[in-house]
Amino acid sequence: MADFNTSIKDQGAVSIINLKGYLDAHTAPILENNFVDLIDKNRFNIVVDFKELAYISSAGLGVFMAYIEKIRESKGDIKLSGMTEKVFNIFDLLGFPLLYEIFKSEDEAVKKFIE
Amino acid sequence: MKTKKLNVKSRTENLSLIRDFVSSSAAEAGVTSDVIENIILAVDEACTNIIKHAYKSYPDGELIVKTKSTRNRFIISITDYGKSFEPDAIPEPDLQKYYRQKRVGGLGMYLMKTLMDDVKYVSIPGKRNEVQLSKNLKLTQQNVR
Repeated sequence: MADFNTSIKDQGAVSIINLKGYLDAHTAPILENNFVDLIDKNRFNIVVDFKELAYISSAGLGVFMAYIEKIRESKGDIKLSGMTEKVFNIFDLLGFPLLYEIFKSEDEAVKKFIE
Repeated sequence: MKTKKLNVKSRTENLSLIRDFVSSSAAEAGVTSDVIENIILAVDEACTNIIKHAYKSYPDGELIVKTKSTRNRFIISITDYGKSFEPDAIPEPDLQKYYRQKRVGGLGMYLMKTLMDDVKYVSIPGKRNEVQLSKNLKLTQQNVR
């Protein structure tokens, strides 16, 4: 079975989800649950950090599409950070950089919310 | 020509097994690691589509993954016995439109076509479906000889 897990930490008004391992159709529901929990707690400023993510398929990309509208309607955003070149290339192929702000590091993404 | 075969049930938990199988077959065939990354993503997308659409998440369907390598091509064929599929009915995705409609389907098929050199579907309705993914291999010093 694919190895995937997430951890969530709060930094002031920003919540950071760190992804680790392989994000595919089997593991995507774990990340979906993270978004549902954060939305339930009215935490709409979300940074998703990819530096420990080894792999993503379109099922994983779909999770970002599923919640972004609700989060932006609530004056929040999902910002992405720390992608390896391989993972970025997949996002890029599908045109995601037009829809999401992508930062080199988690810190830069968090700062963007505080600005 | 070397062929290898993997039989698994139509469950998403088997996707990592399928990726590992294709990755090691491709490595044995001399495919470079960056090309292997693209191939396993395309195969993952094809199998995810089969599990979700052909078998509608029924967990005990059969999924047969075969790999074959020739001098200049690496070919993966995936057979299932679920609902047949009309690839022409799936439009090219428009991400801006998807964003508005919160739709995500179709991205996998777009990735498959982008990452591979050829994607072919053969369906015998009521019997079996097969999708064949091919990647052209660059000739290295070794296989030129």
